[in-house]
Amino acid sequence: MYLTKDEEKILNGQKGDVLERLFRLLVRLGDIYKADKMIPVGSVQVAGVSYKSIGDPGTEFLEDMASKNAKVKVLTYLNPAGMDLENWKKIGFPEDFAKNQLRIMDAFKKMGIVVTSTCTPYLAGNLPRFREHIAWSESSAVSFSNSVIGARTNREGGPSALAAAICGVTPNYGLHIWENRQPTVKIDVSADLNFNSDYGALGYFVGKQVKNKIPYFTGIKNADTDQLKSLGAAMAASGAVALYHVEGLTPEADLVNKDGLETINVSKKELNDTFEKLSSSKNPDVVILGCPHASLREISNLADKLKGKHLKKPVWICTSRVMKEASDRMGFTDIIEKAGGNIVADTCMVVSPIEQMGYKSTGVNSGKAANYLPGFCKQDVFFADINKLIEVQL
Amino acid sequence: MKGRMISPGKAEGKAIVSPDPIGFYGGIDAKTGIVIEKGHPLEGKSVTNKILIFPCGKGSTVGSYVIYGLKKNGVAPAGIINKETETIVATGVILAGIPCVDQIDISNINDGDNIFLDADNGVVEIKN
Repeated sequence: MYLTKDEEKILNGQKGDVLERLFRLLVRLGDIYKADKMIPVGSVQVAGVSYKSIGDPGTEFLEDMASKNAKVKVLTYLNPAGMDLENWKKIGFPEDFAKNQLRIMDAFKKMGIVVTSTCTPYLAGNLPRFREHIAWSESSAVSFSNSVIGARTNREGGPSALAAAICGVTPNYGLHIWENRQPTVKIDVSADLNFNSDYGALGYFVGKQVKNKIPYFTGIKNADTDQLKSLGAAMAASGAVALYHVEGLTPEADLVNKDGLETINVSKKELNDTFEKLSSSKNPDVVILGCPHASLREISNLADKLKGKHLKKPVWICTSRVMKEASDRMGFTDIIEKAGGNIVADTCMVVSPIEQMGYKSTGVNSGKAANYLPGFCKQDVFFADINKLIEVQL
Repeated sequence: MKGRMISPGKAEGKAIVSPDPIGFYGGIDAKTGIVIEKGHPLEGKSVTNKILIFPCGKGSTVGSYVIYGLKKNGVAPAGIINKETETIVATGVILAGIPCVDQIDISNINDGDNIFLDADNGVVEIKN
């Protein structure tokens, strides 16, 4: 790989230990994947934020970087933390967990990272442009920025994204290169897609089938950004899909070559089977919406459904701090709380210790959450649309 | 068999083979090294000190930290062999210092085979 004189100095350790160690990781990745050079990145999003996900080894790794004065060179946002960073006590997050989580946030802040904690940075002030090179790691945010926005990023591991933030560059390979963004499988959808959960079920089914291929969807007539967010998140969780195209809807769909692709058909039957397969309970202790983090539109929709109602069992909606503030101002938070629900910011169900909070089964409308909750939170899952979920909690 | 070095080093151990991709985050417990993903072919099995063989990674990009955590907690696999290693697994094994090779036809390897992995030279030997 070609390195500039300055980059060689970093690799030789002339710019300090930390920079050398992180740059070496980028060079190794570049060599493996045959990058020709390093390219500057416009922004970074770092995964591996929750204490539950990274544990003591990850925490010590980050504290070590911060104590050696590592600083980011570009706008860098964070993935969700393991708890609401402001209201953790009130919601009931365990005290010792909180202590460790705050250590992690301190380390990130010292490095100059914006302590935003959201899986939807594009809704919270970190918005790349079409064809901009970025290094993001949250798998659903990678999918959204590549597919819906047309920015260019590989699926970075938490540490490789951090390395890109601190070095300001990433190796030029994979999805940074136009030839590699061409679809490799066609998905023809004949099922009607109504709820966001239908897009989650579709994404879960397709991700399982295609693993790390690049799907080109036909038959999806209309979808808003919340629905595309749900689709991409589920495909990245059940498979490793980092980029997809949707005929007529996503920016690169008209530009790519879709000749001669193998086709997978998805009908109502495959979606129904997916809902059934992912549901092990019909009686959730708690319903958690907002995976990935809810947009203001999704929060407003929940407020409409809960207005004047009284919940018998809890409903949470997870979102970014930015959306939560807009929701507070619009009175949505008030409506949801009066009904007995909760808006939880900075965190999400997958990375928070919900199994330690006494919950055994969780209702979700997200294919991604339905994929992770059984393994990572030891939850039985009820995967259904928002109307069914609220009905069982009233 | 000859493949591509992802992360250097040498390792020896019994093969544990997954026909399905592995998502380390939510798939393997970093404290115990046991596969926890429901319905996964390796569910309930330990990867500790084995040569872990799977086609490719999947799922969350936090997986790199889980691989690093497995190593720090002393329950990591001795080595990893893939059909295709993607960035998440590559970052994890480089950071953790676990020998790893990809571009191997893993259908030739069976559960319980004795494997010698020479990642420095990208070589995998089955010594039964």
